Amino acid sequence: MRNILEIRDLQVHYGGIEAVKGISLDVPEGEIVTLIGANGAGKSSTLRAIAGLVKPSAGSISFQGEDITGKDSNIIVSRGITLVPEGRRIFPDMTVLENLKIGAYLRKDDLTEDLNWVYDLFPRLKERSWQAGGTLSGGEQQMLAVGRALMSRPKVIMMDEPSLGLAPIIVKGIFDIIKEINKQGVTVLLIEQNANMALKTANLGYVMETGRITLTGTGQELLTNEAVKAAYLGT
Amino acid sequence: MRKTKHTGRSLLAVAGLLLVIILLENISSWIPGLPAVFAPTSQLFTVLKKGAVYSLVAVSMNLLNGFTGLFSLGQAGFMLLGAYTYAILTVPMASKDQVYYLFGGSAVKFSLVDLFQSLFGNTGFGGYLSLICAVLVGILFAGLVAALFAALIGTPVLRLKSDYLAIATLGFAEILRAIFQWQTLGPITNGANMLKSFPTFADFNIRNGAGQVVLRLSTFVPFLAAIICIALIVLLIHSSYGRAFKAIRDDEVAAEAMGISLFKHKMLSFVISSFFSGVGGALFAMYVANAQAKAFTSTMTYEILLIVVIGGIGSISGSVIGTFLYVACSEWWLRFLDAETYIGSFKVPLLRSGFRMVVFSVVIMIIVLFFSKGIMGDKELSWAGIGGLLKKRRPKKKTPAGKEG
Repeated sequence: MRNILEIRDLQVHYGGIEAVKGISLDVPEGEIVTLIGANGAGKSSTLRAIAGLVKPSAGSISFQGEDITGKDSNIIVSRGITLVPEGRRIFPDMTVLENLKIGAYLRKDDLTEDLNWVYDLFPRLKERSWQAGGTLSGGEQQMLAVGRALMSRPKVIMMDEPSLGLAPIIVKGIFDIIKEINKQGVTVLLIEQNANMALKTANLGYVMETGRITLTGTGQELLTNEAVKAAYLGT
Repeated sequence: MRKTKHTGRSLLAVAGLLLVIILLENISSWIPGLPAVFAPTSQLFTVLKKGAVYSLVAVSMNLLNGFTGLFSLGQAGFMLLGAYTYAILTVPMASKDQVYYLFGGSAVKFSLVDLFQSLFGNTGFGGYLSLICAVLVGILFAGLVAALFAALIGTPVLRLKSDYLAIATLGFAEILRAIFQWQTLGPITNGANMLKSFPTFADFNIRNGAGQVVLRLSTFVPFLAAIICIALIVLLIHSSYGRAFKAIRDDEVAAEAMGISLFKHKMLSFVISSFFSGVGGALFAMYVANAQAKAFTSTMTYEILLIVVIGGIGSISGSVIGTFLYVACSEWWLRFLDAETYIGSFKVPLLRSGFRMVVFSVVIMIIVLFFSKGIMGDKELSWAGIGGLLKKRRPKKKTPAGKEG
C-alpha cells in the first residue's frame, strides 16, 4: 500500500520546550491510523504541525510525494489534508449550515453534492441546519466538526480526540462514522486517549511517549501488547 | 425566491426613505407656516446630516471591531486622511490663494472641480454634473488614500493582538494628526489652518438663475452616500469573505484549521474598513464645510466606538440606530441641559453650559453597565423581526430622529 503521508524526523518546539523530538511515521492510503499516548506526549503537536498550524523546527512532511513541511494551513487544506481540532471548536454563533460552508471555504465550486454527502452521513445535522452551532449537544457538535472538515473534500482527515467528553454510546456512534468515512475512501489519522476504541478501529497504530514513538504495530498487535495494556488499557 | 422578495422590499424601503428625506428638507418652503423644526436651519437637519456621516463611520468600525474581532482605534486617523485628501483635491483654483494665503498659494496645481468644469462647463446642468463628478472622484480618492495607508501599516500592526493593536492604531492616528499640522507641509495641508471653500452638501441644493434654492438636497446627498456605502459593507458581510471574518472573530485556531489565511483576511477587513472611514472622513469634511486636523482627535474615535457599543457590536442596523440616537441626543435633545433656565424667578440648579456632557456620560455609563450588549446585540433588524413586532417599528433606516420630524 502506498503511503499518502510520510513524516520523517519531525521536531516541534514551543519556545524552549521540545514537544515532538524527532518522530517518523507513515500513513498508508485508505487506512485508519491511530496515534495513542498520554497527555503531553506530543500527539496534538504532531497533528498541528501537519496541518500547518505550527511550523516544525526540523524534519519533513510529505503528502503524496510532495514536500509540505512548514506550508501555510490554507495550502495544506487545499492539497487535501484537514484537521478536526481538539475540543471540536465549531463556530457557536453561526448556523450549522454556515459552519459547514466555512469548512468548504477554499473551494469555489458547487457545494450541493458535498452538503448532501455530509447530511447523509449525519442526518441530525440536516434537521438542525438552521440552528446555531452552539445550541447543539456535545455529540452533535462533534458530528458538525467532522462534517465541517469533510466539506473541504479531504484525502486525509486528521481527528484530535474526537471522543473527548462524550458519553460512551455517543463515542461508539462517532467511531462508526469514522469507519464509514474511511470506507468511502478517506484516509484517517486519529489521535485518541481512548486507546481501546482507537486500536480496535485502526489498521495501524503508533504509541507516542514524551515526544517519541516507542511502539508500532497493527491495531490488533498493540491491543494484545503487554506494555500497551498496562499503560493505556488498564487491564 | 424568499431572498429576492426581501431584497426588493429593502430597496423599496430605502427609496422611500430617500423620498421622505427630500420631502422633509423641502416641506418648509412648499408649505409656509410649519413649526420651526422643519426650517432648513433646524437641529433636525444637523442631526440627519451628521447622523448619516457618522453611521457610515460607525458601520465601517463595526466591520473591523465587531465582525472581524480586531480592536482598532485608528478611525479618526483614517477619517483625517479622507477629509484632507478630499479637501486638497477639490478646493477650486480660484479659492486656492485665499485658502493657502499663509503659504503663498497651494503646491497642488489642479483642482477636480476646475478639471470637470473644463469638461462640462460651470453653469446650469453642466455645472451640476461637474460638481457631482468632482465630489465623486474626490470621495473615491479619499477612500483610496485611507486604504493605502491601512495597507502600509497593516503588515506590522496586524501581527499585534487585542489591546496592543488598539494602542498601535491609536498612536498611528495621533501621529497623522501631528504630521498634518506640520508647517513644512503647509503648501499641501495648509499647516495648522483649516482647508475650506471646497464643495459641501449645501452646494448640491438646486438653484435657479437668480441663485435662489429651488430644491434642497443637502440632507439627501449624505444619506444617499451613506446608504450606498453601508449597502456595500452589508453585501461584503453576507459574502463568503464576511463568513470568514466572523470565523476569525469567533475562533482563530479553528478558522486557520479550515484553511482561512488569518493575515490575508485581517488585512482585507482592515483595508476595506479604512476605505470607508476615509469616505466617511470626506463626508465629514463636507458636513462641517472645513477640514482641520485638530477635529480628528482620539475623542472622535471614542465617540464612534461608543456608538458601536451602544448599537451592538456585530450589528449593522444597531450601529445605524445607535448613531442617530447618539447624534440626536448630543446635538439636539439634550441641548436644553446647557441653557440656564428660569421658572418664574427660580433658577433651575445645575443647568448651565457643559452640564449636557455630564448627563450624557451618566446615560452612557448606565447603558454600558446594564445593557452591555447594546440596543441590537449582534442581531439585525429584519423583515421577519419587524413583522413580529406587528409593524410597530419602521424599517431599518427610518431612525428615531427621522420619525421625530
